[in-house]
Amino acid sequence: MPVQYYLLLAALLFAIGLVGVLMKRNALIVMMCVELMLNAANLTFLAFARQRGSINGQAIAFFVIAVAAAEAAVGLAIVLAIYRTRGGVNVDEVRTLRE
Amino acid sequence: MSATAEEVTFFILAVPLLCAAVGVVISKNPVYAAMNLVATFIFLAGIYVLLVAHLIAFMQVLVYAGAVMVLFLFVIMLISLGDEHLVKERYRGMQLLGAAGAIGLAAVLSWAILDVARATPASLPPDFGTVKAVGRVLFTQYLLPFEATSLLLLAAIVGAVVVAKERI
Repeated sequence: MPVQYYLLLAALLFAIGLVGVLMKRNALIVMMCVELMLNAANLTFLAFARQRGSINGQAIAFFVIAVAAAEAAVGLAIVLAIYRTRGGVNVDEVRTLRE
Repeated sequence: MSATAEEVTFFILAVPLLCAAVGVVISKNPVYAAMNLVATFIFLAGIYVLLVAHLIAFMQVLVYAGAVMVLFLFVIMLISLGDEHLVKERYRGMQLLGAAGAIGLAAVLSWAILDVARATPASLPPDFGTVKAVGRVLFTQYLLPFEATSLLLLAAIVGAVVVAKERI
């Protein structure tokens, strides 16, 4: 089975995640969509690891998972802090730096 | 051309995967989005098994569908937004433009992927993707990044506590 199937799936998953990041205003759902995009990148790494028979792609996917876990922990802490100080998680309302 | 078992399994996993991913984006309630995300991660773990990445598939279920999703659900429950907060999605011009750009990106990526010549996959060693094979690479060639990852996770834990705590 050619690697193109997996790459197409990863591209579609990445695009779905990107649509979510750009369109949703709930900070929690935006973070979930970032996780979708990270998973699409992981899928691409693993597809090429399978295609080339190289284990390095799987090692990188391991690091991506670790970084995504760290990102989720810090990101959700920031969402909690925003909720405490502003009483909402709408990303459009968080623009102190812009004004 | 008859479909191979790998192709059939791929489509059995890929179609619900994409449906669940779309469900994450179109859900209004964050809890439903989180449940769709769990489904996405589990189908993705199946795809990883198809790609002979058994250790990564296992970690996908353990770390993503387990730890990260529990973290998400905890925060959703802590925030516990009422229904009046959920229906505030207004689609403005910039957002629709962004969505159109994302779909354009998907089209360009698909075009580029389909343009590449099809090559037969490399033949794999028998222990490809097992704990032993990935672990050997992680602890020899990638030892420094591996140790740096532990520092990164420590910094993330401390940072999360500092940011989320009301008073230190």
